[in-house]
Amino acid sequence: MPLDPAFIGRTYPAVEVYEVGREKIREFADAIGDPNPVYRDRGAARAAGHQDVIAPPTFPIVITARIGEQVIFDPELGLDYTKVVHGQQRFVVTRPVRAGDRLIGVLTVDNIQAAAGNDLISTRVDVSTEDGEPVVTAYSMLVARGTSGVATSDPSKA
Amino acid sequence: MTTAHGCAAPDYDSVDEGTELPQIDIRIRRADLVRYSGASGDFNVIHWNERAARAAGLPDVIAHGMLTMAITARIVTDWVGDPGAVAEYAVRFSRPVIVPDDEDGAEIVITARVAKKLPDHRVRVDIVARCGADKVLSMARAFVVLP
Repeated sequence: MPLDPAFIGRTYPAVEVYEVGREKIREFADAIGDPNPVYRDRGAARAAGHQDVIAPPTFPIVITARIGEQVIFDPELGLDYTKVVHGQQRFVVTRPVRAGDRLIGVLTVDNIQAAAGNDLISTRVDVSTEDGEPVVTAYSMLVARGTSGVATSDPSKA
Repeated sequence: MTTAHGCAAPDYDSVDEGTELPQIDIRIRRADLVRYSGASGDFNVIHWNERAARAAGLPDVIAHGMLTMAITARIVTDWVGDPGAVAEYAVRFSRPVIVPDDEDGAEIVITARVAKKLPDHRVRVDIVARCGADKVLSMARAFVVLP
């Protein structure tokens, strides 16, 4: 069943603060196998011009994926999560996430469409400090395979 | 500052459109998927359970797209030295990275080049990530601010 396009433009206000921990950044950097010292050593981070250790460019997904679940798992939307794959991801950075940041994220549904029998949902999470300083925006496009019920590649079912 | 390669960090004036970044090859094994699940909080079973992956129509366990995106970013961050120079990073997940349950795992081969010099010391770097014959990321791009 196609997703309800009424969700386009819907916004979910920030629900909780995510406090970025130095050891969480290290754990994430270890998990992606990246030895860069600016993820671990405050002196190296300062030498590069940062106030504290910074997080890798894709670290914000740890924060934004959870925020995105508000719409992905909204029963009214009707998304079958077992059919979902990650289609696209983009981060637009105002400044790197760093240890000690207290971050909040506002979720917006940018688009919903059906294409070739798949449902596509595009969301963005605008991440800022709790004081309102913009930090990063994460754009995600998820694909639910074969759920829209209209296989445009097969005209007999269109 | 020097880069992970021990070379001087590139500066805007010294790079040209077409400049190739040093290639990196990174191997992903099952243990890396478990570790990334824990660090990221993404415990989707298709990234660690073969039975669940096959039930979902996949040939085997696949890597998290976000893990592939993260390791691919290193071609840029190793080059510039300071990952804080990355102003924008975007990918499309075009093919899954299948990670067999053996010592070899899957090898990702990452290449990139400076595609465009932009105003304000920014450059656009176009990146290609391959696993075997498959291009696993497409339209992978980073916008980077160079000194």
